[in-house]
Amino acid sequence: MDRRLPPRDGEWIDRSQSVEFRFEGATYRGFEGDVLSSALWANDVRLLGRSFKYHRPRGVYSLAGHDANLIVEDGIRTNMRGDMLAVSSGLDVRSVNTLGGLDRDRLSITGRFGEFLPVGFYYKAFHTPRRLFPFYENQMRKVAGLGRINSANQRANSPKDYAFCDLLVVGAGPAGLAGAIAAAEQGLDVLIVDEQQRPGGSLVWQWADAATAREHLEGLLEQLAAHDNVRLWCGTQAAGYYGDYWVALVDDTHLTKLRAKSMLVATGCFEQPAVFQNNDLPGVMLGSAAQRLIQLYAVKPFDRAIVLAANSEGYRVALDLNEAGVDVAAIADLRRDGEATELAQRVDDAGIRVYRGYCVYEAVPAAGNKRIRGATICALDEKGVPRSEALTRIDCDGIAMSIGWTPNGGLIYQAGGRFTHAEHVEQLIPQTLSPGTFAAGRVNGVFGLESQIDDGYRAGLAAAAHLGSFTGDVPPSPSHYESPSSHPYPIIAHKGKKNFVDLDEDLHLADFENAHQEGYDNVELMKRFSTVGMGPSQGKLSNINAVRILARLNGATINQTGTTTSRPFHQPVPIRHLAGRSFHPQRRTPMNHWHVRHNAEMVYAGAWLRPEYYRVDGESRDDSILREATHVRNNVGLIDVSTLGKLQISGPDSVEFLERIYTGRFAKQQVGRLRYGLACDETGVIIDDGVIGRFSEDRFYVTATSSGAAAQYREMQRWAQIWNMDVTLVNATGHLAAINLAGPCCRDVLQELTSTDLSATAFPYLALGEAIVAEVSAKLMRVGFVGELGYEIHVPASQAMHVWEALMQAGERFGIRPFGVEAQRLLRLEKGHLIVSQDTDALTSPFEADVAWAIGKNKTFFVGARSLAILRKKPLTRRLVGLMFAASDAGTLPEECNLIIANDELVGRITSIAPRSTLGYPIAMALLSPDLAKIGTTVKIRVDGGSLVEAVVASMPFYDPENSRQNVQAES
Amino acid sequence: MPHRLLKFALSKKHPEPRMFRAPTELKSEYDAVIIGGGGHGLAAAYYLAKDHGITNVAILEKGYIGGGGTGRNTAIIRSNYLTPEGIRFYQGSVELFQDLSRELNLNLFYSKRGHFTLAHSPASLRTQRWRAEVNKHLGIDSRVVTPEFIKETVPEIDLHVGGHQAPIHGALYHPPGAVARHDAVAWGYARGADRRGVEIHQRTAVTDIEIRDGAVAGVHTDKGFIKTRKVLSAVAGWTTHITPMVGLRTPLVIHPLQAMVTEPLKPWLNSIVVSASLHLYVSQSSRGELVAGASLDPYELISMRSTLDFAEGMSTGLLDLFPCLGDIKVLRQWAGLCDMTPDFSPIMGVTPIKGFYIDAGWGTWGFKATPISGKTMAFTMAEDRDHKLIEAFSLSRFKRLELVGEKGAASVGH
Repeated sequence: MDRRLPPRDGEWIDRSQSVEFRFEGATYRGFEGDVLSSALWANDVRLLGRSFKYHRPRGVYSLAGHDANLIVEDGIRTNMRGDMLAVSSGLDVRSVNTLGGLDRDRLSITGRFGEFLPVGFYYKAFHTPRRLFPFYENQMRKVAGLGRINSANQRANSPKDYAFCDLLVVGAGPAGLAGAIAAAEQGLDVLIVDEQQRPGGSLVWQWADAATAREHLEGLLEQLAAHDNVRLWCGTQAAGYYGDYWVALVDDTHLTKLRAKSMLVATGCFEQPAVFQNNDLPGVMLGSAAQRLIQLYAVKPFDRAIVLAANSEGYRVALDLNEAGVDVAAIADLRRDGEATELAQRVDDAGIRVYRGYCVYEAVPAAGNKRIRGATICALDEKGVPRSEALTRIDCDGIAMSIGWTPNGGLIYQAGGRFTHAEHVEQLIPQTLSPGTFAAGRVNGVFGLESQIDDGYRAGLAAAAHLGSFTGDVPPSPSHYESPSSHPYPIIAHKGKKNFVDLDEDLHLADFENAHQEGYDNVELMKRFSTVGMGPSQGKLSNINAVRILARLNGATINQTGTTTSRPFHQPVPIRHLAGRSFHPQRRTPMNHWHVRHNAEMVYAGAWLRPEYYRVDGESRDDSILREATHVRNNVGLIDVSTLGKLQISGPDSVEFLERIYTGRFAKQQVGRLRYGLACDETGVIIDDGVIGRFSEDRFYVTATSSGAAAQYREMQRWAQIWNMDVTLVNATGHLAAINLAGPCCRDVLQELTSTDLSATAFPYLALGEAIVAEVSAKLMRVGFVGELGYEIHVPASQAMHVWEALMQAGERFGIRPFGVEAQRLLRLEKGHLIVSQDTDALTSPFEADVAWAIGKNKTFFVGARSLAILRKKPLTRRLVGLMFAASDAGTLPEECNLIIANDELVGRITSIAPRSTLGYPIAMALLSPDLAKIGTTVKIRVDGGSLVEAVVASMPFYDPENSRQNVQAES
Repeated sequence: MPHRLLKFALSKKHPEPRMFRAPTELKSEYDAVIIGGGGHGLAAAYYLAKDHGITNVAILEKGYIGGGGTGRNTAIIRSNYLTPEGIRFYQGSVELFQDLSRELNLNLFYSKRGHFTLAHSPASLRTQRWRAEVNKHLGIDSRVVTPEFIKETVPEIDLHVGGHQAPIHGALYHPPGAVARHDAVAWGYARGADRRGVEIHQRTAVTDIEIRDGAVAGVHTDKGFIKTRKVLSAVAGWTTHITPMVGLRTPLVIHPLQAMVTEPLKPWLNSIVVSASLHLYVSQSSRGELVAGASLDPYELISMRSTLDFAEGMSTGLLDLFPCLGDIKVLRQWAGLCDMTPDFSPIMGVTPIKGFYIDAGWGTWGFKATPISGKTMAFTMAEDRDHKLIEAFSLSRFKRLELVGEKGAASVGH
């Protein structure tokens, strides 16, 4: 049967665009502009989904994006809501969370066991005997959950956008539009967003006198169009507010991050359901949902209906239904006095019978619960208790509920505003608003159409005044509440326990009473125990009724009872919108392409890529690394060390600053000289090291470890501010590149490219200078990390490639070779140089690492000084030592971080190991208990397989302990 | 269907009594007062009563029970720590947790899932091996596993992490890693304590602590003064509000920590997956939601406001690991407070003020320690000396500089 009404003015469907789609395997037709729920309802499909726990049949309920039981998937996408999903040709969806299809869902058996499954039942069973719990949990996990993920889905990226405005207006209903006009007239840059696909808010569906509503809407849109400082974004939700008017706007395709200067919240209200037996079955829906079906989608909601009313809106619903050809059998009005406005007369004129002081006691299901076939209504006594002994049965296939509203106030809460329950209208209204936040219309408790427009206009002016664009008087808010629109307790007890409060979570009235009985008697505990409001609609249709129930159980007011915290998001947001484009900036040194061209095996080092070693055909990785290292020992090699942190520190307080950051002394450091720098944290733990060069009295150049550079720079900035020092810190890590040239022949190579005298007397070990190298101005440092004569050449990144190639060319006659990180690590290990964070850990002090010599004498303060003073007096618990293995051990060597064991106690661990070295035998560094640290001691290391391998404690450096390699003479 | 559920169908009235009483008035004197009705405070009260027979105890909770870190964490339980002190302590917790549902007669959904700490670099793999080796030495089931093993166990994972950053080199795998229903842990301890006579006073704020001659003499509350000689501060993120009342200094700094959940999904993720490089940890709850948390917000702040930055960063990381999740929707985000110590170990035990006991410094590792901290703090209060499992966590370690470095075992870089 086709429930589609004749064409209506203002309908959102495009009848010229018929679409064919599939739902649960059957084919249906709808129109462009339909959502899945409306198109199915138009096809007289009433069973649109199943509930979460009992798998009860569910149909259209809110049609406003909160129908958390109407969730479908198409095999690619999942958890799509029927009342938000636009139909399109080829759409082919199934209901989630059913077993054997929606119609014959075998899980609906759980509904029969409702009595066994009271609120929180899963806390009370299944845990003993313990061994059975995994089985039960597995079963419960399977029946819980909604959609299935499709693991074949590819990564989908949604680029993000940024936007700015003076005033964000949320909601393009009468109040929002009026507010936008007022603000625009005062010259504000206004952005209006509305989650619906078209503007108008309640104007497009709520007002029975549709002609007037359309005139209003057209008038407002026309006025708006006259301003070019207004943008209107439909289909866009303000998903969350994050302080300082930083708002997440989300549409179908992406996230827009908005920085506004103020915000007008005109988000309206969520219509609330009444609670009565079977109030969840298909055919029972909110009055606003029935109106949306009629006005937006031209679908006749029912054939014969009862309207359960407690406000004027209910009477408008009855008139709308009547006008759409629905036989309105009755209005059951919860109010004893009924409706006072002229609507009462119009309803009477339409021949609709009104039962005053009546409730719907029960919806009567048709067989299988898949639709309703009637309802019983009865009078309420003075206390509001239904006289269920005197029921009147009315046949109908639909019940529309218009009994109350609750504000859509999440953004106001998130912005720091607070609501209070106004007893005389039985509704939450804003009590305080944060500066720059404004509220208008129904969210502000203003219900009349004209009043909403006035209130919007006022709020727009108030926003303009707040931003200094309007200096006149802001009119007062129109009188609130032309009629109280919400019933104080629209909840009817029923022993059948199918009177649902939370449809997402299948919680009925007794669940709340029982939870309360068990002591979950405040709003937060109630929420956590019962899970009310934790479903996909986040309590939009359940929270206020839950609060009412709890308040009554506690004999407290709504305000005493309180509400739970409102958190982002308004509607759930796809992960890909939040993630945006995959943005992982990778840092490459200027020589990166050269390395790749020369067969470098590249490895990640933090955000950087570095050459691990250079592959040579027919040679193993280990052979290549050893050969690179040997070449440095015997000839000359060069390595790209551009990843080193390079920090320029200048200003009058530079010396003092460095003396506080590093353990050493720098006051007497000569210009043109380098010193080792060791940095500790406040607990005396080594956090970084590097060299510190002095270019002039108050200009220093500092290197930091590749992995620690960012943190070290951040710490320096932090301390500079805390100490309020006159220093300028520049992180030159990216804009300078660095090359380390090392090996006995390196002086000759470099001398060919610079006129600076590099002789041992003119440029000794630890000298620093500015030089021209290959016509490029460079910072030149003589260092020896790998234990050979060596230079570090720091040049602007843009010219580094040129310098690199010049060095390669100049070194040709010495057989110069590039070497990678692995060879460098081997060489420094042979030389006994530690790597911070590999040979040290989160507790390693300079004493343990044997670098206490780097602590300046008689320093009064540096970061960690106090801790080191304490540690200095304590016996060491471990020491960094060298270990030697027999050359024959090569097969069974430990890995880094294997443990050293003595008498079954942990006594140390390997921090670095080189299975092959230029020395001809394996070597390692280890943090070891001092008792065992004597040179020559044999220790046992437990390797991955569990067996023990022996090593001997050796003195470090393993290589060139006299440091004579720094003094090699150049070839002539 | 378990027979335990039969009674619900067979009785006319809901056959469950209150979980715990709601005392309206404070007594004038208690043998012990516990500040903070979170998991730790409730557990301490439970074990005080059960193990030590001390039942004249009041728990003072400013809000509602389990409303702080207990109800905000991502409910992960593990013992794959780095130091012997840490491992023994958290292993004690795991052992208590395993039998806790039975002991408290409340199903805590203690669910063993297996816990992966992914390593995205050789350096990170080194740290994981270190943890694995120390764990194994102390009898904890931990091992370093290959990328292939990870992929086999969690087939949805992208070992190349989107292809623009370091791939997954391996992981520390800790099969006993578990999740539990965190709120229920608080409720179960509350009921157990209440049954033994402990009073739980919600919506009761401590305003000051009375010290006489260097010893605790009583507690001032917004409902009046109560005499007591023993006070336990078990307020985690609010510790820096309590310690000034007794003139105690701690090195705690408070950072926010955020988390979020997605809409419920059918079960697919059966392990707990942690990536330090991506700053995330994620598991799937019994209800089907993905529960994901991050590293600390990088600033000191006492605020539980959510940030968009967090949701964006977390989503990026989730997609890097699980590219198929793009259309899965985030339902809700929230924040909690972390009281961080310099060495990432807690502060527990006796203090220089006689009768004032501290249980703090719970940073991001508080929930998993709930049973053992309750047990050891109860012992400490009853005996007025530190339980041996917590000796290393004494506040005085910062003076002595004998730190218990667990930074390397924090689930994600902080």
